[in-house]
Amino acid sequence: MEQNHSTTHEHRDDTGSKLGMWIFIFTELLLFGGLFLVYAVFRAKYFEDFHIAAHQLNVFIGAVNTLLLLISSMTIAMSITAIQKNHKKFALLLLSITFFLAFIFLVNKYFEWGLKIHHHLYPGSDLVLTLTHGEIMFFGLYFFMTGLHAIHIIVGMTLIGYVMVQVKNDRINSGNFQHLENAGLYWHLVDLIWIFLFPLLYLIT
Amino acid sequence: MQHGKTHITSYRTHGIILVLLLFLTTITITVTWLDVGRLSVGVAMFVACIKASLVLLYFMHLKFDELIFKIFAGMVILLLAIVFVITFFDYLFR
Repeated sequence: MEQNHSTTHEHRDDTGSKLGMWIFIFTELLLFGGLFLVYAVFRAKYFEDFHIAAHQLNVFIGAVNTLLLLISSMTIAMSITAIQKNHKKFALLLLSITFFLAFIFLVNKYFEWGLKIHHHLYPGSDLVLTLTHGEIMFFGLYFFMTGLHAIHIIVGMTLIGYVMVQVKNDRINSGNFQHLENAGLYWHLVDLIWIFLFPLLYLIT
Repeated sequence: MQHGKTHITSYRTHGIILVLLLFLTTITITVTWLDVGRLSVGVAMFVACIKASLVLLYFMHLKFDELIFKIFAGMVILLLAIVFVITFFDYLFR
Protein backbone atom coordinates (compact mmCIF):
# COMPACT_ATOMS: atom_id res chain seq x y z
CA MET A 1 0.00 0.00 0.00
CA GLU A 2 2.78 2.41 0.92
CA GLN A 3 4.45 1.67 -2.39
CA ASN A 4 1.33 2.33 -4.46
CA HIS A 5 0.48 5.55 -2.74
CA SER A 6 3.97 6.68 -1.81
CA THR A 7 3.80 9.94 -3.74
CA THR A 8 0.26 10.90 -2.82
CA HIS A 9 -0.04 9.25 0.56
CA GLU A 10 -1.20 11.48 3.36
CA HIS A 11 -2.87 10.97 6.68
CA ARG A 12 -6.54 11.18 6.18
CA ASP A 13 -9.64 9.50 7.53
CA ASP A 14 -12.45 9.64 5.02
CA THR A 15 -14.95 7.86 7.23
CA GLY A 16 -14.15 10.18 10.13
CA SER A 17 -14.50 13.19 7.84
CA LYS A 18 -17.86 12.00 6.60
CA LEU A 19 -19.03 11.18 10.12
CA GLY A 20 -18.12 14.71 11.21
CA MET A 21 -20.15 16.14 8.33
CA TRP A 22 -23.14 13.97 9.23
CA ILE A 23 -23.00 15.02 12.88
CA PHE A 24 -23.00 18.64 11.74
CA ILE A 25 -25.97 17.89 9.49
CA PHE A 26 -27.80 16.38 12.48
CA THR A 27 -27.38 19.63 14.41
CA GLU A 28 -28.79 21.47 11.40
CA LEU A 29 -31.75 19.10 11.28
CA LEU A 30 -32.44 19.75 14.96
CA LEU A 31 -32.16 23.52 14.37
CA PHE A 32 -34.75 23.43 11.59
CA GLY A 33 -36.70 20.76 13.47
CA GLY A 34 -37.25 23.26 16.26
CA LEU A 35 -38.61 25.79 13.78
CA PHE A 36 -40.88 23.19 12.21
CA LEU A 37 -42.15 22.40 15.70
CA VAL A 38 -43.01 26.07 16.30
CA TYR A 39 -44.71 26.09 12.92
CA ALA A 40 -46.71 22.94 13.69
CA VAL A 41 -47.98 24.16 17.06
CA PHE A 42 -49.00 27.59 15.79
CA ARG A 43 -50.57 26.16 12.68
CA ALA A 44 -52.66 23.86 14.85
CA LYS A 45 -53.62 26.84 16.99
CA TYR A 46 -54.30 29.35 14.17
CA PHE A 47 -55.41 27.03 11.39
CA GLU A 48 -57.61 29.59 9.55
CA ASP A 49 -55.11 32.45 9.84
CA PHE A 50 -52.32 30.34 8.36
CA HIS A 51 -54.56 29.47 5.43
CA ILE A 52 -55.45 33.07 4.72
CA ALA A 53 -51.87 34.30 5.08
CA ALA A 54 -50.48 31.55 2.81
CA HIS A 55 -52.64 32.92 -0.03
CA GLN A 56 -50.11 35.75 -0.25
CA LEU A 57 -47.35 33.35 -1.31
CA ASN A 58 -46.69 32.60 -4.95
CA VAL A 59 -47.03 28.84 -5.51
CA PHE A 60 -45.46 29.16 -8.96
CA ILE A 61 -42.20 30.67 -7.68
CA GLY A 62 -42.16 28.11 -4.87
CA ALA A 63 -42.62 25.26 -7.34
CA VAL A 64 -39.89 26.62 -9.65
CA ASN A 65 -37.51 26.84 -6.70
CA THR A 66 -38.37 23.26 -5.73
CA LEU A 67 -37.54 22.18 -9.27
CA LEU A 68 -34.22 24.07 -9.18
CA LEU A 69 -33.17 22.51 -5.88
CA LEU A 70 -34.14 18.96 -6.89
CA ILE A 71 -32.20 19.22 -10.16
CA SER A 72 -29.20 20.79 -8.43
CA SER A 73 -29.24 18.00 -5.86
CA MET A 74 -29.02 15.48 -8.67
CA THR A 75 -26.22 17.32 -10.50
CA ILE A 76 -24.01 17.50 -7.39
CA ALA A 77 -24.69 13.82 -6.64
CA MET A 78 -23.76 13.03 -10.26
CA SER A 79 -20.55 15.04 -9.96
CA ILE A 80 -19.34 12.51 -7.36
CA THR A 81 -20.03 9.71 -9.84
CA ALA A 82 -18.13 11.69 -12.48
CA ILE A 83 -15.11 12.16 -10.18
CA GLN A 84 -15.14 8.48 -9.26
CA LYS A 85 -15.09 7.63 -12.97
CA ASN A 86 -12.31 10.17 -13.61
CA HIS A 87 -14.59 12.36 -15.75
CA LYS A 88 -13.08 15.58 -14.44
CA LYS A 89 -14.51 17.93 -17.09
CA PHE A 90 -18.00 16.50 -16.70
CA ALA A 91 -17.73 16.82 -12.91
CA LEU A 92 -16.79 20.48 -13.27
CA LEU A 93 -19.70 21.04 -15.66
CA LEU A 94 -22.13 19.40 -13.20
CA LEU A 95 -20.79 21.49 -10.32
CA SER A 96 -21.13 24.66 -12.42
CA ILE A 97 -24.75 23.77 -13.16
CA THR A 98 -25.37 23.19 -9.43
CA PHE A 99 -23.85 26.56 -8.61
CA PHE A 100 -25.87 28.28 -11.34
CA LEU A 101 -29.17 26.69 -10.19
CA ALA A 102 -28.44 27.78 -6.62
CA PHE A 103 -27.88 31.31 -7.87
CA ILE A 104 -31.18 31.32 -9.78
CA PHE A 105 -32.90 30.10 -6.60
CA LEU A 106 -31.56 33.14 -4.77
CA VAL A 107 -32.63 35.47 -7.60
CA ASN A 108 -36.18 34.08 -7.34
CA LYS A 109 -36.06 34.51 -3.58
CA TYR A 110 -34.93 38.12 -4.05
CA PHE A 111 -37.89 38.94 -6.27
CA GLU A 112 -40.28 36.99 -4.02
CA TRP A 113 -39.17 38.78 -0.85
CA GLY A 114 -38.91 42.10 -2.72
CA LEU A 115 -42.55 41.87 -3.76
CA LYS A 116 -43.64 40.98 -0.21
CA ILE A 117 -41.72 43.90 1.24
CA HIS A 118 -43.12 46.16 -1.50
CA HIS A 119 -46.62 45.12 -0.38
CA HIS A 120 -45.62 45.93 3.23
CA LEU A 121 -45.76 42.27 4.19
CA TYR A 122 -42.71 41.88 6.40
CA PRO A 123 -42.43 41.26 10.14
CA GLY A 124 -43.13 44.40 12.12
CA SER A 125 -44.52 46.44 9.20
CA ASP A 126 -47.54 48.70 9.80
CA LEU A 127 -49.73 46.44 7.69
CA VAL A 128 -48.65 43.16 9.31
CA LEU A 129 -49.21 44.56 12.80
CA THR A 130 -52.90 45.11 11.92
CA LEU A 131 -53.32 41.43 11.01
CA THR A 132 -54.44 38.62 13.33
CA HIS A 133 -51.98 36.78 15.62
CA GLY A 134 -51.89 33.75 13.37
CA GLU A 135 -51.12 35.78 10.25
CA ILE A 136 -48.33 37.64 12.06
CA MET A 137 -46.90 34.29 13.15
CA PHE A 138 -47.13 32.94 9.61
CA PHE A 139 -45.24 35.83 8.05
CA GLY A 140 -42.70 35.78 10.88
CA LEU A 141 -42.05 32.08 10.34
CA TYR A 142 -42.09 32.48 6.55
CA PHE A 143 -39.38 35.14 6.60
CA PHE A 144 -37.33 33.47 9.32
CA MET A 145 -37.41 29.96 7.86
CA THR A 146 -36.89 30.90 4.21
CA GLY A 147 -34.26 33.45 5.31
CA LEU A 148 -32.34 30.88 7.33
CA HIS A 149 -32.69 28.49 4.41
CA ALA A 150 -31.35 31.16 2.00
CA ILE A 151 -28.30 31.64 4.25
CA HIS A 152 -27.71 27.90 3.90
CA ILE A 153 -27.96 28.28 0.11
CA ILE A 154 -25.22 30.94 0.23
CA VAL A 155 -23.02 28.73 2.43
CA GLY A 156 -23.70 25.81 0.08
CA MET A 157 -22.68 27.92 -2.94
CA THR A 158 -19.45 28.84 -1.15
CA LEU A 159 -18.72 25.15 -0.55
CA ILE A 160 -19.54 24.26 -4.16
CA GLY A 161 -17.21 27.03 -5.36
CA TYR A 162 -14.48 25.68 -3.04
CA VAL A 163 -14.74 22.10 -4.28
CA MET A 164 -14.84 23.32 -7.90
CA VAL A 165 -11.41 24.93 -7.38
CA GLN A 166 -10.17 21.73 -5.73
CA VAL A 167 -11.43 19.59 -8.60
CA LYS A 168 -9.79 21.98 -11.06
CA ASN A 169 -6.46 21.69 -9.21
CA ASP A 170 -6.78 17.89 -9.04
CA ARG A 171 -6.80 18.04 -5.25
CA ILE A 172 -10.12 16.25 -5.51
CA ASN A 173 -9.73 13.19 -7.74
CA SER A 174 -11.01 9.65 -8.08
CA GLY A 175 -8.87 8.57 -5.12
CA ASN A 176 -9.68 11.47 -2.83
CA PHE A 177 -13.10 13.03 -3.08
CA GLN A 178 -14.29 13.24 0.52
CA HIS A 179 -14.48 17.05 0.41
CA LEU A 180 -16.73 16.84 -2.60
CA GLU A 181 -18.90 14.28 -0.85
CA ASN A 182 -19.18 16.47 2.24
CA ALA A 183 -20.11 19.52 0.15
CA GLY A 184 -22.68 17.31 -1.57
CA LEU A 185 -24.10 16.20 1.78
CA TYR A 186 -24.49 19.82 2.83
CA TRP A 187 -26.22 20.68 -0.42
CA HIS A 188 -28.63 17.76 -0.05
CA LEU A 189 -29.45 19.02 3.45
CA VAL A 190 -30.50 22.34 1.90
CA ASP A 191 -32.69 20.38 -0.53
CA LEU A 192 -34.07 18.22 2.29
CA ILE A 193 -35.23 21.24 4.28
CA TRP A 194 -36.88 22.79 1.23
CA ILE A 195 -38.77 19.53 0.57
CA PHE A 196 -40.66 20.23 3.83
CA LEU A 197 -40.72 24.04 3.63
CA PHE A 198 -42.39 24.14 0.22
CA PRO A 199 -45.60 22.24 1.04
CA LEU A 200 -45.84 23.69 4.55
CA LEU A 201 -45.53 27.35 3.53
CA TYR A 202 -46.83 27.48 -0.04
CA LEU A 203 -49.35 24.67 -0.37
CA ILE A 204 -51.69 25.14 2.57
CA THR A 205 -54.26 27.42 0.93
CA MET B 1 -7.30 1.36 1.27
CA GLN B 2 -11.08 1.21 1.11
CA HIS B 3 -11.20 1.36 -2.68
CA GLY B 4 -12.68 -2.07 -2.90
CA LYS B 5 -15.69 -1.01 -0.88
CA THR B 6 -16.41 2.29 -2.64
CA HIS B 7 -19.79 2.17 -4.29
CA ILE B 8 -20.33 4.17 -7.46
CA THR B 9 -23.92 5.22 -8.06
CA SER B 10 -24.57 5.26 -11.79
CA TYR B 11 -25.70 8.40 -13.65
CA ARG B 12 -28.84 6.50 -14.57
CA THR B 13 -29.80 5.86 -10.91
CA HIS B 14 -29.43 9.57 -10.16
CA GLY B 15 -31.65 10.35 -13.15
CA ILE B 16 -34.34 7.90 -12.04
CA ILE B 17 -34.34 9.34 -8.50
CA LEU B 18 -34.77 12.87 -9.90
CA VAL B 19 -37.71 11.76 -12.06
CA LEU B 20 -39.31 10.14 -8.99
CA LEU B 21 -38.76 13.29 -6.93
CA LEU B 22 -40.32 15.48 -9.64
CA PHE B 23 -43.25 13.08 -9.97
CA LEU B 24 -43.85 13.19 -6.21
CA THR B 25 -43.69 17.00 -6.25
CA THR B 26 -46.39 17.03 -8.95
CA ILE B 27 -48.55 14.79 -6.76
CA THR B 28 -48.25 17.19 -3.81
CA ILE B 29 -49.20 20.21 -5.93
CA THR B 30 -52.10 18.36 -7.59
CA VAL B 31 -53.51 17.23 -4.24
CA THR B 32 -53.49 20.84 -3.07
CA TRP B 33 -55.41 21.91 -6.17
CA LEU B 34 -57.95 19.13 -5.68
CA ASP B 35 -58.58 20.63 -2.26
CA VAL B 36 -59.30 17.61 -0.11
CA GLY B 37 -59.45 19.67 3.07
CA ARG B 38 -57.45 18.77 6.15
CA LEU B 39 -56.42 15.50 4.53
CA SER B 40 -54.11 17.40 2.16
CA VAL B 41 -51.68 18.20 5.02
CA GLY B 42 -51.32 14.50 5.73
CA VAL B 43 -50.78 13.66 2.06
CA ALA B 44 -48.29 16.53 1.64
CA MET B 45 -46.27 15.42 4.67
CA PHE B 46 -46.39 11.76 3.65
CA VAL B 47 -45.11 12.59 0.15
CA ALA B 48 -42.47 14.92 1.64
CA CYS B 49 -41.24 12.06 3.86
CA ILE B 50 -40.93 9.75 0.84
CA LYS B 51 -39.01 12.46 -1.04
CA ALA B 52 -36.73 13.02 1.97
CA SER B 53 -36.07 9.27 2.19
CA LEU B 54 -35.10 9.14 -1.49
CA VAL B 55 -32.70 12.06 -1.03
CA LEU B 56 -31.22 10.53 2.14
CA LEU B 57 -30.85 7.01 0.75
CA TYR B 58 -29.63 7.72 -2.77
CA PHE B 59 -28.36 11.30 -3.16
CA MET B 60 -26.84 11.31 0.33
CA HIS B 61 -25.68 7.77 -0.25
CA LEU B 62 -26.98 6.45 3.07
CA LYS B 63 -28.15 3.22 1.47
CA PHE B 64 -24.57 2.28 0.55
CA ASP B 65 -22.86 3.67 3.67
CA GLU B 66 -21.63 1.78 6.68
CA LEU B 67 -24.18 0.78 9.31
CA ILE B 68 -23.08 3.47 11.79
CA PHE B 69 -24.35 6.25 9.48
CA LYS B 70 -27.74 4.60 9.13
CA ILE B 71 -28.05 4.13 12.89
CA PHE B 72 -27.10 7.76 13.55
CA ALA B 73 -29.53 9.12 10.97
CA GLY B 74 -32.29 6.87 12.26
CA MET B 75 -31.73 8.02 15.83
CA VAL B 76 -31.86 11.71 14.89
CA ILE B 77 -35.11 11.19 12.99
CA LEU B 78 -36.47 9.25 15.97
CA LEU B 79 -35.41 12.06 18.32
CA LEU B 80 -37.22 14.63 16.17
CA ALA B 81 -40.32 12.43 16.05
CA ILE B 82 -40.30 12.01 19.86
CA VAL B 83 -39.97 15.77 20.38
CA PHE B 84 -42.92 16.39 18.06
CA VAL B 85 -45.10 13.75 19.71
CA ILE B 86 -44.33 14.92 23.26
CA THR B 87 -44.93 18.57 22.35
CA PHE B 88 -48.29 17.77 20.81
CA PHE B 89 -49.30 15.60 23.75
CA ASP B 90 -48.54 18.54 25.99
CA TYR B 91 -50.24 21.02 23.68
CA LEU B 92 -53.39 19.02 22.98
CA PHE B 93 -54.08 17.78 26.54
CA ARG B 94 -53.12 20.71 28.71
